[in-house]
Amino acid sequence: MEASKVIHAIYTDDDVLMSAVKTVKAEKYHIEDVFTPFPVHGLDKAMGLAPTRLAITAFLYGAVGLAVATVMMNYIMIQDWPQDIGGKPSFSFLENMPAFVPIMFELTVFFSAHLMVITFYMRSKIWPFKKAENPDPRTTDDHFLMEIAVHNNEESLTNLLKDTGAVEINIVNKDEDAH
Amino acid sequence: MASHYEAPIRRPLVTGEKSYHDVTVDVARPVEGKANRAWWIVFSIALVAFLWGIGCIIYTVSTGIGVWGLNKTVNWAWDITNFVWWVGIGHAGTLISAVLLLFRQKWRMAINRSAEAMTIFAVFQAGLFPIIHMGRPWLAYWVLPIPNQFGSLWVNFNSPLLWDVFAISTYLSVSLVFWWTGLLPDFAMLRDRAVRPFQKKIYALVSFGWSGRAKDWQRFEEVSLVLAGLATPLVLSVHTIVSFDFATSIVPGWHTTIFPPYFVAGAIFSGFAMVNTLLIIMRKVCNLEDYITVQHIELMNIVIMLTGSIVGVAYITELFIAWYSGVEYEQFAFLNRATGPYWWAYWCMMSFNVFSPQFMWFKKLRTSIMFSFFISIVVNIGMWFERFVIIVTSLHRDYLPSSWTMFSPTFVDIGIFIGTIGFFFVLFLLYARTFPVIAQAEIKTILKSSGERYKRIRENGETLAGTGADSRTSNFKIPEETTASKPLQDTTEKLGNLLEGVGRFDASIQKADDLKVINGIGPKMEDVLNNIGIFTYAQVSKMTKREYDLLDEITGSFPGRAERDDWSGQAKNLINN
Repeated sequence: MEASKVIHAIYTDDDVLMSAVKTVKAEKYHIEDVFTPFPVHGLDKAMGLAPTRLAITAFLYGAVGLAVATVMMNYIMIQDWPQDIGGKPSFSFLENMPAFVPIMFELTVFFSAHLMVITFYMRSKIWPFKKAENPDPRTTDDHFLMEIAVHNNEESLTNLLKDTGAVEINIVNKDEDAH
Repeated sequence: MASHYEAPIRRPLVTGEKSYHDVTVDVARPVEGKANRAWWIVFSIALVAFLWGIGCIIYTVSTGIGVWGLNKTVNWAWDITNFVWWVGIGHAGTLISAVLLLFRQKWRMAINRSAEAMTIFAVFQAGLFPIIHMGRPWLAYWVLPIPNQFGSLWVNFNSPLLWDVFAISTYLSVSLVFWWTGLLPDFAMLRDRAVRPFQKKIYALVSFGWSGRAKDWQRFEEVSLVLAGLATPLVLSVHTIVSFDFATSIVPGWHTTIFPPYFVAGAIFSGFAMVNTLLIIMRKVCNLEDYITVQHIELMNIVIMLTGSIVGVAYITELFIAWYSGVEYEQFAFLNRATGPYWWAYWCMMSFNVFSPQFMWFKKLRTSIMFSFFISIVVNIGMWFERFVIIVTSLHRDYLPSSWTMFSPTFVDIGIFIGTIGFFFVLFLLYARTFPVIAQAEIKTILKSSGERYKRIRENGETLAGTGADSRTSNFKIPEETTASKPLQDTTEKLGNLLEGVGRFDASIQKADDLKVINGIGPKMEDVLNNIGIFTYAQVSKMTKREYDLLDEITGSFPGRAERDDWSGQAKNLINN
């Protein structure tokens, strides 16, 4: 496979970066990625990223947690070994349900929170022993890096990026650092 | 373009002339520097207390709970008091990070990291007590609903003690995940700054390879928001369920419907007091006064005042309802609290929790750091007494006067409590030396709207675009051209360039400063700098990335050292102080 070339434009300001992203998008270039030290609000919209669906997964995981709690307590307290505790016999789920509300709530939150976070880690590919992929260590300090694929248009792209206020423009062979 | 507007009437949340790079440097400094003597002294004391606590725990477990001061009437005392006290302290962290996030309170960003750390460490301590109380802690897993060899023997889901198990473990694990997810970008910052390979490895491991992609940030913010939405009812449920341990019983003084909201308000109250205690010290020790400002302390004091007043209303409501109910057992329980043999504990609770926060109505007092610290300690003690009063005074004179008795703790009770305080501080002190104690990525998002420097720029009517740049970290350069067209310079020319950048020293009108004060400059480096012609802080403060690079070329030793230690920023501070 031919080595793919990318251009790395580095910025030192979030507002400059935002206008640069808009300019580059307006010129119909495809932005591969932007690395920033902190969340720049509105950047995802400017880049044209689809909204995340993690909140929806959280809701679904919560529903799973609620179902698990209900089934578990129904089996343990009502089906498997019904008891008469303090004069309150547990022979019907509905009648005993009020005592189960705290744990139904806790398990809903437990499932929702943990499974959502695990989904986030999986989708963003972050976990222990994962190697960081930000091309420049300064992108966790105060630098912003825009990565654009090059297809025989180095010259025009460099000139465009220079005009947007990039302080450094590097051309990188991406496959070189893939080993 | 993003608007960074904030009403001018709002006081800056980050004071001093901070750029993005300054935030990085300030947050990384306590981690990259060396621990001072005070840290080692406090750490040693905490460690000794912790070890003493471990000794007492081993003694308890190996001998039996009879070594505590419990008797047949007061069969629950310090263990549950300490448990509720620690769980209560553990409430502020999630409250600050979750509830204040939902309310879009920007001031939470300076304190949420430490408050969450405090939460997690406090819940550890809380969790210890029920486990020790089991007597055979290696069987603690019996509280979980797992199939077992005893046939259909399950845990009792009708019991508030079991609700507690679920509530506390959900709270601890969700808080931990919330905290760690927020830490990832900040660990990544430390990873990318680390120079020693061991540190780099550790921070690479704990940062989970965080790279800061736009998509990652989009998900990160969504996850934070949803977690905040989940953690808010969770934090309220936890202390509600803790209060059920008492409220579902039929002991006079415990059997009250006011307990859930009353316990939650009390938990927030004591949690904020502990946050104030810890952060007032931490901002001083770690030089974070520009981030944790007097305004932050003032706002926390207002929360303490508000929740303290809610707790006061709850105390008075309890008394009123006891009288109004006409139940003589209930009436006796409260009369006995206020005037019985434990009257001193009751009046400690009343004066520390209800009376002392009322001083915070005065602006002068709530903006005084010494006074805030004093009140925070008073509230911590008062809230411990509240739990002691609720638990012991309700039990020690029960329905049968012949079994009335008093409770006195043994050295083991005291030792375990002291031990948990020691353990808590051991964890917190280690945290303060190794973790980014301020959520720096979040602070950077509000720097342009709430930072003093940017507020000033905006008020002068100038644009904020481009002001994030810092001459210490980057210069304008397009590398292919600069490397090609760069002429070969000899050392004298480089020296000239260097001095041109920082200004020349004139011995007749200026006085040389002691450059060794700057962290990273030793006697040898000072000699080198003096030989070049740099003698004053003013000169060092003018150094930028260009001068650092020139200096590295001239000296050839410790490349990148000056930039990493931020000599220029340090010199600026020295001039201002």
